[in-house]
Amino acid sequence: MSNWDRFTDTFFNAKVMVKYLPDILSGVVVTIELALLIVVTGIAAGLALALLRSLAIRPLNWLIIFIVDLFRSLPPLVVIVLIYFGLPSVDLSPSGFVSTWLSLAFVLMAFSEEIFWAGITSVAKGQWEAARSTGLSFGQTLVNVVLPQAFRLTIPPLTNRTIAITKGTSLGTVVAVTEILGQASSAMSNSYNPSPLMMGAAAYIVLFLPVVVAARWVETKFAWKR
Amino acid sequence: MIQTFFNLEIIAASWPIVLAGLRNTVLLSLLVVPLGLFGGLILALLASVKNPAVRWPLMAWVDFFRAFPPLVLLILLFAGLPFAGLELGGFVCVAIAFFLNSGAYYGEILRAGIDSVPAGQVEAARSTGLSRLQAMAYVVLPQAVRNVLPDLLSNTLEVVKLTSLGSVVAVPELLYQARQAQSITYNPTPIVVAAIIYFLMLWPVVRLLSRLENRALAGR
Repeated sequence: MSNWDRFTDTFFNAKVMVKYLPDILSGVVVTIELALLIVVTGIAAGLALALLRSLAIRPLNWLIIFIVDLFRSLPPLVVIVLIYFGLPSVDLSPSGFVSTWLSLAFVLMAFSEEIFWAGITSVAKGQWEAARSTGLSFGQTLVNVVLPQAFRLTIPPLTNRTIAITKGTSLGTVVAVTEILGQASSAMSNSYNPSPLMMGAAAYIVLFLPVVVAARWVETKFAWKR
Repeated sequence: MIQTFFNLEIIAASWPIVLAGLRNTVLLSLLVVPLGLFGGLILALLASVKNPAVRWPLMAWVDFFRAFPPLVLLILLFAGLPFAGLELGGFVCVAIAFFLNSGAYYGEILRAGIDSVPAGQVEAARSTGLSRLQAMAYVVLPQAVRNVLPDLLSNTLEVVKLTSLGSVVAVPELLYQARQAQSITYNPTPIVVAAIIYFLMLWPVVRLLSRLENRALAGR
Protein backbone atom coordinates (compact mmCIF):
# COMPACT_ATOMS: atom_id res chain seq x y z
CA MET A 1 0.00 0.00 0.00
CA SER A 2 1.41 3.35 -0.97
CA ASN A 3 1.67 6.19 1.52
CA TRP A 4 -1.24 7.99 -0.10
CA ASP A 5 -3.46 4.91 0.13
CA ARG A 6 -2.53 4.47 3.76
CA PHE A 7 -3.36 8.13 4.38
CA THR A 8 -6.80 7.97 2.74
CA ASP A 9 -7.47 4.63 4.38
CA THR A 10 -6.82 6.21 7.78
CA PHE A 11 -8.41 9.65 7.46
CA PHE A 12 -11.07 9.04 4.78
CA ASN A 13 -12.01 5.43 5.30
CA ALA A 14 -15.18 4.86 3.25
CA LYS A 15 -16.41 1.91 5.34
CA VAL A 16 -16.11 3.82 8.60
CA MET A 17 -17.63 6.92 7.06
CA VAL A 18 -20.71 5.09 5.80
CA LYS A 19 -21.16 3.38 9.15
CA TYR A 20 -21.03 6.57 11.21
CA LEU A 21 -22.73 8.94 8.77
CA PRO A 22 -26.12 8.65 10.57
CA ASP A 23 -24.46 9.57 13.90
CA ILE A 24 -22.82 12.64 12.41
CA LEU A 25 -26.09 13.66 10.76
CA SER A 26 -27.95 13.39 14.08
CA GLY A 27 -25.16 15.55 15.52
CA VAL A 28 -25.79 18.10 12.78
CA VAL A 29 -29.46 18.23 13.77
CA VAL A 30 -28.57 18.82 17.43
CA THR A 31 -26.04 21.52 16.48
CA ILE A 32 -28.64 23.32 14.35
CA GLU A 33 -31.29 23.12 17.09
CA LEU A 34 -28.86 24.40 19.68
CA ALA A 35 -27.58 27.18 17.42
CA LEU A 36 -31.07 28.40 16.52
CA LEU A 37 -32.17 28.39 20.18
CA ILE A 38 -29.07 30.35 21.20
CA VAL A 39 -29.40 32.92 18.42
CA VAL A 40 -33.13 33.56 18.94
CA THR A 41 -33.12 33.73 22.75
CA GLY A 42 -29.74 35.43 23.06
CA ILE A 43 -30.49 38.24 20.63
CA ALA A 44 -34.05 38.71 21.94
CA ALA A 45 -32.77 38.97 25.50
CA GLY A 46 -29.99 41.35 24.41
CA LEU A 47 -32.49 43.60 22.63
CA ALA A 48 -34.80 43.54 25.67
CA LEU A 49 -31.93 44.58 27.97
CA ALA A 50 -30.88 47.39 25.60
CA LEU A 51 -34.46 48.69 25.52
CA LEU A 52 -34.70 48.49 29.32
CA ARG A 53 -31.45 50.42 29.51
CA SER A 54 -32.86 53.19 27.31
CA LEU A 55 -35.42 53.90 30.06
CA ALA A 56 -32.46 55.33 32.01
CA ILE A 57 -33.40 53.96 35.46
CA ARG A 58 -30.11 54.27 37.33
CA PRO A 59 -29.98 51.17 39.61
CA LEU A 60 -31.45 49.02 36.83
CA ASN A 61 -28.79 50.24 34.39
CA TRP A 62 -26.01 49.44 36.84
CA LEU A 63 -27.38 45.92 37.12
CA ILE A 64 -27.59 45.56 33.33
CA ILE A 65 -24.03 46.86 32.86
CA PHE A 66 -22.77 44.45 35.51
CA ILE A 67 -24.47 41.45 33.89
CA VAL A 68 -23.19 42.44 30.45
CA ASP A 69 -19.63 42.94 31.73
CA LEU A 70 -19.80 39.64 33.60
CA PHE A 71 -20.67 37.60 30.53
CA ARG A 72 -18.25 39.51 28.35
CA SER A 73 -15.36 38.70 30.66
CA LEU A 74 -16.11 35.05 31.49
CA PRO A 75 -14.95 32.42 28.98
CA PRO A 76 -18.05 30.61 27.62
CA LEU A 77 -16.59 27.22 28.55
CA VAL A 78 -16.27 28.36 32.18
CA VAL A 79 -19.96 29.38 32.22
CA ILE A 80 -20.99 26.03 30.74
CA VAL A 81 -18.93 24.07 33.26
CA LEU A 82 -20.20 26.22 36.12
CA ILE A 83 -23.86 25.62 35.22
CA TYR A 84 -23.44 21.93 34.40
CA PHE A 85 -21.23 20.90 37.32
CA GLY A 86 -22.24 23.59 39.79
CA LEU A 87 -26.04 23.59 39.79
CA PRO A 88 -26.47 19.88 40.67
CA SER A 89 -25.08 20.81 44.09
CA VAL A 90 -28.30 22.73 44.73
CA ASP A 91 -30.45 19.92 43.30
CA LEU A 92 -30.89 21.52 39.93
CA SER A 93 -29.54 19.25 37.23
CA PRO A 94 -29.72 20.91 33.84
CA SER A 95 -28.79 18.60 30.98
CA GLY A 96 -25.69 19.31 28.92
CA PHE A 97 -27.93 20.64 26.15
CA VAL A 98 -29.71 23.07 28.49
CA SER A 99 -26.42 24.13 30.15
CA THR A 100 -24.81 24.89 26.79
CA TRP A 101 -27.91 26.67 25.53
CA LEU A 102 -28.26 28.85 28.64
CA SER A 103 -24.55 29.68 28.81
CA LEU A 104 -24.13 30.69 25.20
CA ALA A 105 -27.48 32.51 25.17
CA PHE A 106 -26.30 34.57 28.18
CA VAL A 107 -23.01 35.34 26.42
CA LEU A 108 -24.77 36.34 23.20
CA MET A 109 -27.25 38.39 25.24
CA ALA A 110 -24.38 40.34 26.80
CA PHE A 111 -22.60 41.01 23.51
CA SER A 112 -25.78 41.88 21.60
CA GLU A 113 -27.01 44.20 24.38
CA GLU A 114 -23.73 46.10 24.10
CA ILE A 115 -24.05 46.28 20.31
CA PHE A 116 -27.74 47.30 20.35
CA TRP A 117 -27.01 49.90 23.02
CA ALA A 118 -24.16 51.33 20.95
CA GLY A 119 -26.58 51.47 18.02
CA ILE A 120 -29.27 53.25 20.05
CA THR A 121 -26.86 55.83 21.51
CA SER A 122 -25.34 56.44 18.08
CA VAL A 123 -28.63 57.91 16.88
CA ALA A 124 -28.20 61.64 17.46
CA LYS A 125 -30.16 63.23 20.30
CA GLY A 126 -31.69 65.71 17.87
CA GLN A 127 -33.51 62.81 16.23
CA TRP A 128 -35.23 61.97 19.52
CA GLU A 129 -36.13 65.60 20.11
CA ALA A 130 -37.39 66.15 16.58
CA ALA A 131 -39.51 62.99 16.70
CA ARG A 132 -40.94 63.80 20.12
CA SER A 133 -41.73 67.39 19.07
CA THR A 134 -43.84 66.12 16.16
CA GLY A 135 -46.02 64.45 18.76
CA LEU A 136 -44.66 60.86 18.66
CA SER A 137 -44.67 59.07 22.01
CA PHE A 138 -41.49 57.63 23.58
CA GLY A 139 -42.41 54.16 22.29
CA GLN A 140 -43.25 55.40 18.80
CA THR A 141 -39.99 57.35 18.59
CA LEU A 142 -38.05 54.27 19.64
CA VAL A 143 -39.77 51.92 17.20
CA ASN A 144 -40.22 54.18 14.18
CA VAL A 145 -37.22 56.53 14.35
CA VAL A 146 -34.40 55.26 16.51
CA LEU A 147 -34.42 51.48 16.06
CA PRO A 148 -34.47 51.45 12.23
CA GLN A 149 -31.33 53.62 12.20
CA ALA A 150 -29.74 51.70 15.06
CA PHE A 151 -30.27 48.31 13.39
CA ARG A 152 -28.39 49.38 10.31
CA LEU A 153 -25.36 50.19 12.41
CA THR A 154 -25.57 47.05 14.51
CA ILE A 155 -25.85 44.45 11.77
CA PRO A 156 -22.16 43.94 10.86
CA PRO A 157 -20.81 43.59 14.42
CA LEU A 158 -23.86 41.55 15.42
CA THR A 159 -23.46 38.97 12.64
CA ASN A 160 -19.75 38.55 13.45
CA ARG A 161 -20.41 38.04 17.13
CA THR A 162 -23.33 35.71 16.51
CA ILE A 163 -21.22 33.46 14.28
CA ALA A 164 -18.37 33.38 16.81
CA ILE A 165 -20.75 32.44 19.62
CA THR A 166 -22.80 29.84 17.71
CA LYS A 167 -19.54 28.11 16.74
CA GLY A 168 -19.24 27.65 20.50
CA THR A 169 -21.96 24.97 20.33
CA SER A 170 -18.99 22.61 19.88
CA LEU A 171 -18.12 23.36 23.53
CA GLY A 172 -21.23 21.33 24.42
CA THR A 173 -19.18 18.21 23.80
CA VAL A 174 -17.41 18.88 27.13
CA VAL A 175 -20.73 18.39 28.94
CA ALA A 176 -21.80 15.39 26.83
CA VAL A 177 -24.09 17.11 24.33
CA THR A 178 -24.45 14.84 21.31
CA GLU A 179 -23.76 17.60 18.79
CA ILE A 180 -21.40 17.19 15.81
CA LEU A 181 -18.11 17.18 17.70
CA GLY A 182 -19.51 14.92 20.44
CA GLN A 183 -20.80 12.38 17.91
CA ALA A 184 -17.57 12.55 15.90
CA SER A 185 -15.37 12.04 18.98
CA SER A 186 -17.31 9.04 20.25
CA ALA A 187 -17.45 7.53 16.75
CA MET A 188 -13.69 8.00 16.53
CA SER A 189 -13.04 6.18 19.80
CA ASN A 190 -15.46 3.39 18.83
CA SER A 191 -13.89 2.83 15.43
CA TYR A 192 -10.26 3.62 16.32
CA ASN A 193 -10.26 5.72 13.18
CA PRO A 194 -10.20 9.49 12.67
CA SER A 195 -12.51 9.45 9.63
CA PRO A 196 -15.62 10.42 11.68
CA LEU A 197 -13.70 13.43 12.98
CA MET A 198 -12.92 14.47 9.42
CA MET A 199 -16.63 14.11 8.61
CA GLY A 200 -17.51 16.23 11.62
CA ALA A 201 -15.02 18.90 10.56
CA ALA A 202 -16.51 18.87 7.07
CA ALA A 203 -20.01 19.19 8.56
CA TYR A 204 -18.99 22.35 10.44
CA ILE A 205 -17.59 23.85 7.25
CA VAL A 206 -20.76 22.98 5.31
CA LEU A 207 -22.89 24.54 8.07
CA PHE A 208 -20.91 27.66 8.89
CA LEU A 209 -19.01 28.63 5.74
CA PRO A 210 -22.16 29.85 3.90
CA VAL A 211 -23.04 31.90 6.99
CA VAL A 212 -19.56 33.46 7.08
CA VAL A 213 -19.67 34.27 3.37
CA ALA A 214 -23.17 35.75 3.75
CA ALA A 215 -21.93 37.78 6.73
CA ARG A 216 -19.06 39.15 4.66
CA TRP A 217 -21.58 40.25 2.04
CA VAL A 218 -23.83 41.87 4.67
CA GLU A 219 -20.77 43.53 6.20
CA THR A 220 -19.84 45.32 2.98
CA LYS A 221 -23.46 46.23 2.34
CA PHE A 222 -24.05 47.76 5.79
CA ALA A 223 -20.46 48.83 6.44
CA TRP A 224 -19.92 51.30 9.30
CA LYS A 225 -19.01 54.54 7.66
CA ARG A 226 -16.47 56.12 9.98
CA MET B 1 -25.68 27.97 49.53
CA ILE B 2 -22.45 29.65 50.65
CA GLN B 3 -21.26 26.31 52.02
CA THR B 4 -21.74 24.84 48.56
CA PHE B 5 -20.52 27.53 46.21
CA PHE B 6 -18.13 29.58 48.30
CA ASN B 7 -16.79 27.21 50.93
CA LEU B 8 -13.85 28.93 52.63
CA GLU B 9 -12.18 25.69 53.75
CA ILE B 10 -12.26 24.37 50.21
CA ILE B 11 -10.96 27.67 48.84
CA ALA B 12 -8.02 27.44 51.25
CA ALA B 13 -7.36 23.79 50.37
CA SER B 14 -7.60 24.23 46.60
CA TRP B 15 -5.90 27.63 46.39
CA PRO B 16 -2.42 26.34 45.41
CA ILE B 17 -3.93 24.22 42.61
CA VAL B 18 -6.03 27.10 41.28
CA LEU B 19 -3.13 29.53 41.58
CA ALA B 20 -0.89 27.26 39.50
CA GLY B 21 -3.67 27.27 36.91
CA LEU B 22 -3.82 31.05 36.92
CA ARG B 23 -0.07 31.23 36.38
CA ASN B 24 -0.32 28.84 33.42
CA THR B 25 -3.24 30.79 31.93
CA VAL B 26 -1.16 33.97 32.07
CA LEU B 27 1.87 32.22 30.54
CA LEU B 28 -0.29 30.57 27.87
CA SER B 29 -1.85 33.93 26.98
CA LEU B 30 1.60 35.53 26.77
CA LEU B 31 2.51 32.82 24.27
CA VAL B 32 -0.63 32.60 22.13
CA VAL B 33 -1.44 36.32 21.80
CA PRO B 34 1.91 37.20 20.14
CA LEU B 35 1.65 33.97 18.12
CA GLY B 36 -1.80 34.95 16.82
CA LEU B 37 -0.66 38.52 16.15
CA PHE B 38 2.33 37.19 14.22
CA GLY B 39 0.07 34.93 12.13
CA GLY B 40 -2.29 37.84 11.55
CA LEU B 41 0.53 40.15 10.53
CA ILE B 42 1.71 37.67 7.92
CA LEU B 43 -1.83 37.39 6.52
CA ALA B 44 -2.38 41.16 6.52
CA LEU B 45 0.96 41.85 4.81
CA LEU B 46 0.20 39.23 2.16
CA ALA B 47 -3.26 40.75 1.67
CA SER B 48 -1.72 44.19 1.08
CA VAL B 49 -0.31 42.77 -2.16
CA LYS B 50 -3.20 43.80 -4.39
CA ASN B 51 -2.92 40.74 -6.59
CA PRO B 52 -6.16 38.73 -6.89
CA ALA B 53 -4.14 35.51 -7.12
CA VAL B 54 -2.90 36.24 -3.58
CA ARG B 55 -5.98 37.97 -2.22
CA TRP B 56 -8.63 35.35 -3.00
CA PRO B 57 -6.89 32.34 -1.44
CA LEU B 58 -6.19 34.51 1.60
CA MET B 59 -9.84 35.44 1.89
CA ALA B 60 -10.77 31.75 1.64
CA TRP B 61 -8.21 30.92 4.33
CA VAL B 62 -9.60 33.58 6.69
CA ASP B 63 -13.22 32.58 6.05
CA PHE B 64 -12.35 28.94 6.63
CA PHE B 65 -11.07 29.67 10.12
CA ARG B 66 -13.95 32.04 10.85
CA ALA B 67 -16.30 29.14 10.06
CA PHE B 68 -14.30 26.43 11.85
CA PRO B 69 -14.85 26.13 15.62
CA PRO B 70 -11.51 26.44 17.46
CA LEU B 71 -12.35 23.46 19.67
CA VAL B 72 -12.81 21.25 16.58
CA LEU B 73 -9.46 22.43 15.26
CA LEU B 74 -7.86 21.65 18.60
CA ILE B 75 -9.38 18.15 18.79
CA LEU B 76 -8.40 17.50 15.18
CA LEU B 77 -4.76 18.28 16.04
CA PHE B 78 -4.82 16.53 19.40
CA ALA B 79 -6.79 13.39 18.58
CA GLY B 80 -6.57 13.19 14.78
CA LEU B 81 -2.87 13.71 14.08
CA PRO B 82 -1.70 10.77 16.23
CA PHE B 83 -3.31 8.52 13.60
CA ALA B 84 -0.79 9.96 11.14
CA GLY B 85 1.98 9.09 13.59
CA LEU B 86 2.28 12.64 14.91
CA GLU B 87 1.76 13.06 18.65
CA LEU B 88 2.18 16.68 19.58
CA GLY B 89 0.90 16.98 23.15
CA GLY B 90 -1.79 19.35 24.36
CA PHE B 91 0.40 22.40 24.73
CA VAL B 92 1.83 22.33 21.19
CA CYS B 93 -1.66 21.64 19.78
CA VAL B 94 -3.04 24.69 21.57
CA ALA B 95 -0.20 26.82 20.20
CA ILE B 96 -0.77 25.64 16.60
CA ALA B 97 -4.57 25.96 16.82
CA PHE B 98 -4.28 29.51 18.17
CA PHE B 99 -1.72 30.47 15.55
CA LEU B 100 -4.18 29.38 12.85
CA ASN B 101 -7.48 30.48 14.42
CA SER B 102 -6.55 33.76 16.13
CA GLY B 103 -4.18 34.51 13.27
CA ALA B 104 -7.15 34.59 10.88
CA TYR B 105 -9.08 36.98 13.14
CA TYR B 106 -6.09 39.24 13.81
CA GLY B 107 -5.28 39.16 10.08
CA GLU B 108 -8.77 40.36 9.16
CA ILE B 109 -8.51 43.23 11.69
CA LEU B 110 -5.02 44.30 10.60
CA ARG B 111 -6.05 44.11 6.95
CA ALA B 112 -8.92 46.52 7.64
CA GLY B 113 -6.43 48.75 9.46
CA ILE B 114 -3.99 48.77 6.55
CA ASP B 115 -6.86 49.50 4.14
CA SER B 116 -7.86 52.47 6.31
CA VAL B 117 -4.52 54.23 5.72
CA PRO B 118 -4.88 56.47 2.64
CA ALA B 119 -2.84 55.45 -0.42
CA GLY B 120 -1.26 58.91 -0.46
CA GLN B 121 0.66 57.98 2.67
CA VAL B 122 2.44 55.12 0.91
CA GLU B 123 3.09 57.28 -2.15
CA ALA B 124 4.56 60.07 -0.02
CA ALA B 125 6.72 57.62 1.92
CA ARG B 126 7.95 55.93 -1.24
CA SER B 127 8.76 59.28 -2.86
CA THR B 128 11.05 60.15 0.06
CA GLY B 129 13.09 57.09 -0.89
CA LEU B 130 11.75 54.52 1.59
CA SER B 131 11.51 50.99 0.22
CA ARG B 132 8.10 49.25 0.13
CA LEU B 133 8.96 47.32 3.28
CA GLN B 134 10.18 50.45 5.07
CA ALA B 135 7.05 52.37 4.07
CA MET B 136 4.91 49.52 5.43
CA ALA B 137 6.84 49.19 8.68
CA TYR B 138 7.40 52.86 9.53
CA VAL B 139 4.45 54.66 7.92
CA VAL B 140 1.48 52.39 7.26
CA LEU B 141 1.53 49.86 10.13
CA PRO B 142 1.78 52.35 13.02
CA GLN B 143 -1.26 54.23 11.72
CA ALA B 144 -3.10 51.02 10.83
CA VAL B 145 -2.64 49.62 14.33
CA ARG B 146 -3.83 52.84 15.92
CA ASN B 147 -6.95 52.88 13.74
CA VAL B 148 -8.01 49.37 14.76
CA LEU B 149 -6.74 49.36 18.32
CA PRO B 150 -10.19 48.72 19.90
CA ASP B 151 -10.75 45.74 17.59
CA LEU B 152 -7.28 44.35 18.33
CA LEU B 153 -7.93 44.69 22.05
CA SER B 154 -11.35 43.08 21.74
CA ASN B 155 -9.88 40.13 19.85
CA THR B 156 -7.09 39.78 22.41
CA LEU B 157 -9.74 39.55 25.12
CA GLU B 158 -11.41 36.74 23.17
CA VAL B 159 -8.08 34.96 22.72
CA VAL B 160 -7.34 35.07 26.46
CA LYS B 161 -10.83 33.70 27.18
CA LEU B 162 -10.27 31.01 24.56
CA THR B 163 -7.20 29.67 26.41
CA SER B 164 -9.80 27.91 28.60
CA LEU B 165 -10.17 25.41 25.73
CA GLY B 166 -6.75 24.12 26.75
CA SER B 167 -8.55 22.32 29.59
CA VAL B 168 -10.06 19.91 27.03
CA VAL B 169 -6.61 18.67 25.96
CA ALA B 170 -5.24 18.53 29.52
CA VAL B 171 -3.22 21.74 29.48
CA PRO B 172 -3.14 22.64 33.20
CA GLU B 173 -4.54 26.17 32.84
CA LEU B 174 -7.02 27.86 35.19
CA LEU B 175 -10.19 25.99 34.18
CA TYR B 176 -8.43 22.61 34.05
CA GLN B 177 -6.91 23.08 37.48
CA ALA B 178 -10.24 24.26 38.91
CA ARG B 179 -11.97 21.17 37.56
CA GLN B 180 -9.26 18.96 39.02
CA ALA B 181 -9.77 20.64 42.39
CA GLN B 182 -13.53 20.24 42.01
CA SER B 183 -13.28 16.51 41.36
CA ILE B 184 -10.97 16.04 44.36
CA THR B 185 -13.18 18.02 46.76
CA TYR B 186 -16.61 17.04 45.32
CA ASN B 187 -17.54 20.72 45.54
CA PRO B 188 -18.06 23.36 42.83
CA THR B 189 -16.29 26.09 44.85
CA PRO B 190 -12.99 25.88 42.88
CA ILE B 191 -14.85 26.51 39.61
CA VAL B 192 -16.62 29.51 41.17
CA VAL B 193 -13.22 30.79 42.31
CA ALA B 194 -11.81 30.31 38.81
CA ALA B 195 -14.77 32.22 37.35
CA ILE B 196 -14.16 35.07 39.83
CA ILE B 197 -10.47 35.15 38.87
CA TYR B 198 -11.32 35.31 35.16
CA PHE B 199 -13.79 38.09 35.88
CA LEU B 200 -11.39 40.17 38.00
CA MET B 201 -8.60 39.68 35.47
CA LEU B 202 -10.64 40.61 32.39
CA TRP B 203 -13.22 43.06 33.74
CA PRO B 204 -10.86 46.09 33.41
CA VAL B 205 -10.32 45.18 29.75
CA VAL B 206 -14.08 44.94 29.14
CA ARG B 207 -14.64 48.34 30.80
CA LEU B 208 -11.87 49.91 28.72
CA LEU B 209 -13.35 48.41 25.56
CA SER B 210 -16.81 49.75 26.36
CA ARG B 211 -15.36 53.22 26.74
CA LEU B 212 -13.31 52.98 23.54
CA GLU B 213 -16.38 51.79 21.61
CA ASN B 214 -18.53 54.59 22.98
CA ARG B 215 -15.87 57.13 22.12
CA ALA B 216 -15.63 55.77 18.56
CA LEU B 217 -19.41 56.18 18.21
CA ALA B 218 -19.46 59.67 19.75
CA GLY B 219 -16.74 60.72 17.32
CA ARG B 220 -18.72 59.77 14.25
